[in-house]
Amino acid sequence: MNALVRQTLAGLRVLLVLTAITGVLYPAAVWGVSRLPGLHANAEAVDTTLVAVPREGDRWFVPRPSAATLPASGGSNKGERNTDYDAVVAERRTEVARREGVTEDRVPQDAVTASASGLDPLISTAYADLQVPRVARANGLGEDRVRELVAEHAEGRWSGAPDVNVTALNRAIDTEG
Amino acid sequence: MSSTGAGLLQVGVLLVALAVVHRPFGDYMARVYTSAEHTGVERAVYRVAGVDPDSEQRWSAYALGVLGFSFVGVVLLYVVQRAQSLLPWDFGRGNVPPAVAFNTAVSFVTNTNWQSYVPETVMGHSVQLIGLTVQNFVSAAVGMAVAVALVRGFTRHRTDRLGNFWVDLTRGVLRILLPVAFLFAIVLVATGVVMSLKSGVDVDGRTVALAPVASQEAIKELGTNGGGVLNANSAHPFENPNAWSNLIEVFLLLVIPVSLTRTFGTLVGDRRQGYVLLGVMGVLWSAVLTVIWAAEAHGLRPLEGKELRFGVPGSALFANSTTATSTGAVNSAHDSFTGLGGGGALLNMLFGEMTPGGVGTGLYSILVMAVIAVFLAGLMVGRTPEYLGKKLGRREVTAAAVSILAMPTVLLLGAGVAAVLPSTRGALNNPGAHGLSEILYAYASASNNNGSAFAGLTATGDWFQASLGVCMALGRFVPVIAVLALAGSLAAQQKAPVTAGTLPTTGPLFGTLLTGSIVLVAALTFVPALALGPIAEALQ
Repeated sequence: MNALVRQTLAGLRVLLVLTAITGVLYPAAVWGVSRLPGLHANAEAVDTTLVAVPREGDRWFVPRPSAATLPASGGSNKGERNTDYDAVVAERRTEVARREGVTEDRVPQDAVTASASGLDPLISTAYADLQVPRVARANGLGEDRVRELVAEHAEGRWSGAPDVNVTALNRAIDTEG
Repeated sequence: MSSTGAGLLQVGVLLVALAVVHRPFGDYMARVYTSAEHTGVERAVYRVAGVDPDSEQRWSAYALGVLGFSFVGVVLLYVVQRAQSLLPWDFGRGNVPPAVAFNTAVSFVTNTNWQSYVPETVMGHSVQLIGLTVQNFVSAAVGMAVAVALVRGFTRHRTDRLGNFWVDLTRGVLRILLPVAFLFAIVLVATGVVMSLKSGVDVDGRTVALAPVASQEAIKELGTNGGGVLNANSAHPFENPNAWSNLIEVFLLLVIPVSLTRTFGTLVGDRRQGYVLLGVMGVLWSAVLTVIWAAEAHGLRPLEGKELRFGVPGSALFANSTTATSTGAVNSAHDSFTGLGGGGALLNMLFGEMTPGGVGTGLYSILVMAVIAVFLAGLMVGRTPEYLGKKLGRREVTAAAVSILAMPTVLLLGAGVAAVLPSTRGALNNPGAHGLSEILYAYASASNNNGSAFAGLTATGDWFQASLGVCMALGRFVPVIAVLALAGSLAAQQKAPVTAGTLPTTGPLFGTLLTGSIVLVAALTFVPALALGPIAEALQ
């Protein structure tokens, strides 16, 4: 018992010292370095396009559905055999088709499924293309111009086809309009 | 480039990076734990702590050190959370409720990092920094210390001394984890990971939470901890902004467990002993990766719970690596995986976290399994089994068996009780077989100190908070004590000479035997439970 108490007291002192090093000095050093120009904007998410939130109205491209409750992030956690969720997905498909004036079979998968973070900044080029006519009309822009903007904001090829950053794209629309 | 091609390229880059790094890094770690010199900072730590760094401990004192240190870790982390409103940067989030604080304290001290709270609304920056980040470092260093003590059991003869826990702990933090974490925290900021003391940032009229992410992100992966600074964990663009950061994070969570096999080979004076372990880990890691990847690519809703910037390959690679290393960070929602894909992630944990397992824990778990494998082979040919020049008698095999059986015992008891409790019904997020998978996954994650979740399960009720906390503690400390006891009894022996009857433990034969033992133990223990959960789902 005595040995356990002795080891525990030593443990307490070691833990306090290591707290000062790894819990205060280390994050302070990382924070300090992240103030450097070139890192600072990333560190503070200045004008960030890493996340997407939906914007009200027909003038904007719509990101993927979100199961997050801001300011927190999160996904739906619904399994693929969840029939209640099938109905939610079907409802989303109908809604997207109605909004964009297309048939339901043209609605891509990313338009009806929630991402893991609920903040996915990307949509597929198929989903972006689907939204071009509506966005062009609502902003009084030519469809060709909007298509150019979509192409300018395509990024990332890990999912096979290039995806489009909705947040950056909508800000470009802001500048145009 | 096709999605599959891009995915294969990522896996290729990852494997090359690990192949290049594991030798120098593994040898460096071997020097860290054998060097006779103390640095100035280390001497200062020992002076403040009042420990003599040059006196070595018996296995029992070493174990008491681990237990005492972990106990004060739980108490301190609990207190810090309960007193959050007194600390700066709490943003009015208030004191963390008792059940959450208990569960979280046990979770981070045991290197599990299971999270029953939503960080953005519950944890302020002070608790993240002086509480959670600290345990990210020290719980990882504890795992490495225990692994090194076990290796000393094999390399030392006729001694009752296994080294000094405080020295192994301090060196693990200061010489290995801290410099690497610092370097990669900066690299991660360069890729876009945030490092802010503000509470949130306005994005097109909505507030998205900010936090000091980068410093914890680096050690979260490097120490195979896995607790997200933000709720979506590594799926959050602020924790994992692009394909590059994703690859870096997967590299970080594999690099120490993989390199420790080299450290082991170097310390026992026969590098092939380490390579055979690495080979077994690699075979099982690749096999399960193939299953998860293929299953997810052919799912009914492959993009549900996945981020487009990672796609199916980047999500499968992360999911496989995080569950095979006891990390538990996630870049996709495992709950939304297919029956087979989620089952693969679950299987990685049921193997007992040794493919390649957590930092330190992976090495000692696979060494314990190697003891079992050699013992089984000895039974078949009727000889006293030997491993690395040590005879495996009753004491050694008993310790190994206790270590192996702790996890399935607490897992199946916990999951079994949870499955029959009426209150569990309301906690499930999905009906049918997948609901059972959510329960199984939770107890597998806690008992194996992984920390990932089928996160639809609402684990905030008192039963889940308490029982998962107990599973985490027993799943961590019963094997730790058994492993140190094993180390003590190995170190006390003299070296047994190699004879014609000694089973060689370096070649493909032993590799196959070890792989078979891992798969067989998991299969015999868990097939009935798996049949009702993931297998039933996959057959629907």
